[in-house]
Amino acid sequence: MKKFFARAYIWLLLILLYAPIVIIAIFSFTEAKVLGNWTGFSLKLYGNLLSGGVSSSLVKAIGNTLSIGVIAAVLSTLLGSIAAIGIFNMKGRMRKAITFLNDVPMLNPDIITGVSLFILFVALGVTQGYVTVVLAHVTFCTPYVVLSVMPKLRQMNPNTYEAALDLGATPWQALRKVIIPQIRPGMISGLILSFTLSIDDFAVTLFTKGNQGLDTLSTYIYADARKGGLTPELRPLMTIIFLVVLALLLIINLRSSRNHRKQQA
Amino acid sequence: MAEEDKIILLEHVSKRYDGKTVLDDINLYIRKGEFVTLLGPSGCGKTTTLRLIAGFLQPDEGRILLDGKDIAGVPPYERPLNTVFQRYALFPHLDVYDNIAFGLKLKKMPEDEIDRKVRRVLKMVAMTDYESRAVESLSGGQQQRVAIARAIVNEPKVLLLDEPLAALDRKMREDMQLELKEMHQKLGITFIYVTHDQEEALTLSDTVVVMSEGRIQQIGTPRDIYNEPVNSFVADFIGQSNILNGTMLEDKRVNFIGHDFDCVDKGFGENVPVDVVVRPEDIYIKKNTEGEQFTGTVTSCIFKGMVYDMLVQTAEGFELEVQDYNGFAVGSTVGMHIHPGDIQVMKKERVRNTFEGEVVSPVSVRFLGEEWDIPETDIAPGTPVEVDVEFGAVDLMDERKDGNTEGQVYFILYKGDRYHLTVKTASGELLYADTQDIWDKDDMVGIKILPEDIKLRVK
Repeated sequence: MKKFFARAYIWLLLILLYAPIVIIAIFSFTEAKVLGNWTGFSLKLYGNLLSGGVSSSLVKAIGNTLSIGVIAAVLSTLLGSIAAIGIFNMKGRMRKAITFLNDVPMLNPDIITGVSLFILFVALGVTQGYVTVVLAHVTFCTPYVVLSVMPKLRQMNPNTYEAALDLGATPWQALRKVIIPQIRPGMISGLILSFTLSIDDFAVTLFTKGNQGLDTLSTYIYADARKGGLTPELRPLMTIIFLVVLALLLIINLRSSRNHRKQQA
Repeated sequence: MAEEDKIILLEHVSKRYDGKTVLDDINLYIRKGEFVTLLGPSGCGKTTTLRLIAGFLQPDEGRILLDGKDIAGVPPYERPLNTVFQRYALFPHLDVYDNIAFGLKLKKMPEDEIDRKVRRVLKMVAMTDYESRAVESLSGGQQQRVAIARAIVNEPKVLLLDEPLAALDRKMREDMQLELKEMHQKLGITFIYVTHDQEEALTLSDTVVVMSEGRIQQIGTPRDIYNEPVNSFVADFIGQSNILNGTMLEDKRVNFIGHDFDCVDKGFGENVPVDVVVRPEDIYIKKNTEGEQFTGTVTSCIFKGMVYDMLVQTAEGFELEVQDYNGFAVGSTVGMHIHPGDIQVMKKERVRNTFEGEVVSPVSVRFLGEEWDIPETDIAPGTPVEVDVEFGAVDLMDERKDGNTEGQVYFILYKGDRYHLTVKTASGELLYADTQDIWDKDDMVGIKILPEDIKLRVK
C-alpha cells in the first residue's frame, strides 16, 4: 500500500512536469488556429514550418538562435577551458576564492545578469544587437564550462604535463597534445551545455538585444504571444526543440555514465 | 678525476619553499655512466634535487652544470635528460606505441626510424606484444616498463628515475631492480635514481648519496655507506645497527657497553666521546661464556628466514641486537665478541645542547623563546650568552603544560641503554635529550630543565 502511494506520487509529479510539453506536442498534430481545439490529425503545421510557410521574421529568429548558440558555445568552451586550467594551477586560498567567484554567476538570477549587462553596455556606449547578445551568452555560459572541465583536470595525473615537457614538448605542445586530449570529455560536455543554455535563454537576451529588431526564438515567441495568440507553427517548432534538447541531454548523461564506468573498470 | 668526466655538477645548490629550506648547500658531482642513488626518508630533499636537475624547479642559490655548462634557465624540454616518474605519468589517451614514440615524433624524426627505435626499446623492456594496448589496461609493472621505454627511447645523456618501483609489490620490485641494473650496463647512460628504500639503493648503485633534512649526509659506494657510516643518522638509516655511546681511549682502543675493545680507527685523540656502530651480524654469539669479551642474556629471539634476530641484555645492562645462523633460547646466557674491524667509530656531532640566549635578570635567562629560572648569576642582564644543557638533564613530560616550553619528537635513536631523542621545540630549534622513557615519533612533549642544569657561558 505504502509502495502504491509512493509510485502514484512519482507519476503525479512527472505528469505535472511534462503535461504542458505533452499538450503542445499533441496539438502540434492538428490544424486548429487556437490551442485547445482538436480538428483532426494533420501534419500541416510541420509542413508549413519545414517548407518555409511561416513568417520570415520567425525563420530569422530561428537562424539567430542557432548561430548565437553555436558561437557562444564555442567561445565559452575556449574561455572556460583555459580558465579552468589556470584556476587548477593556482594555490590553496586563491583557487578557492576564484572557484567561488566562478560559482556566483550561475546562481545569480538571469534577470539580474540581463539588467547588469544592459546597464554595462549602455554605460560603455555600445550599440546593442547581435554582438552584445553573443557576449552576454558567453558571460553566463563560461562558468558552466569551467565547472565541467574542472573534474577532468582533477582526475588527470599532474605529472603527465611534466612528462610531456620532459620528452621535449614546449608548454604549448604539451597543452595541445597531452592536456586537451585528457580534458576533452569535459570540454564537450561544457560545449553542449552552453549551447542548450544559450538557445534556452530569454531574460538575458531580452535586455541585451537592443532595439534594432534582432530576435531570437524566445524573444520572438514572447512578442508573438503578446500580439494575440501564438502562431500555430510554433507548436511543432517547440516540439522539435524539446526533442533536440532532450537528445543533447541524453548524450551528456550517456557520456558521463560511460566515463564513469571506464574509470571503475 | 678529469673535469670532463663529471656529467652533472651541483654547486652550493639551495632551495626554499615558503621560507622553509628544503635543500641546503648541496654539492655533488655525477660521473658519466654512473648509477647514482639519492637515498633518504621522505622530505629529505631527494626528489627536489631530481626536479632541479630535470628543470621543473629552479635553484634559489648555486648552480647546476651539465657537461660543464650552467643550465640555469634552460627549460626542461631543451635538456637532454629524461625522467621516469613515480606514478608512471603515461598519457592515458595514447596507446603503448604512441606513448613511447611521443618524444621522437616531437623531434620530427622520419616514421621508419621512429618505428625501428620504438620496436627496439619495446623488446628491451619485454613489451613487444603490447604496442597497441591502451596504457590503462596494463598492470603496474607493465606501465612502469612503458614509462622506462618512453624515457630511454630518446637516448638521453642522463636518465632520472623518481622512485620508479615504489608502487610495485616486493617480488616485482626485485625483478625490476635486476632489469634496471642490466639496462644501465647495456645502455651505458648515466642513471640518477631516487628512493627511500635503502636495500634498493645498496643493490643498484655505484654511488649512494644519503640525504636528510635537505643536506647530504654521506656520499660513497654501497659498501662504504654500509660498513663505514659517517654519523648515527646514516648508521641508523642503512640496515640494522647497534648505535652506542663510547669513549675513544687512544688510537685503536675504544670503550663502550662497559668494556674496552680493540678497533682499527685512529686520529680521534684520547678520551674523546664518540658514537660506536656495530652491525647485528658482526656480533659473534656463543653458548659458552669462557674467554668471550662480554656476556649477556637473550631476551628475544625471532627466526627471520636466513638468520635469527635476537635481543641480548648484557651483564652491564645494555641491549644489543644480534643476528646469527644459530638461535639461542630466550633466557639463556651467552658469550659474545666483536672483531676490531667490525667496530665503526664515528665522531659525535655534539656532546651537549648549546643554545643562543640572553640573561634577563640575575635569576633568569631567555632561550628557546622562553624564560628559564637559573641559580643566581652575576652576569649582567642583557648580556648574550651560550646556554649549555646536558642531554640527560632534559626532562620530557607527558603533559605539555608541565614543561616550560613544548616540542615534538622528531627522530629517535636507541643507544643500547637509553633513547637519544631529537625534539623540535616550539621555537623551531632542535633539542637533544637522553631518556629511558619510550616515546614515539611525532609525540608532543613538555620540556623541563632544572635551574641547576642550565649552564651559562659569556660569548
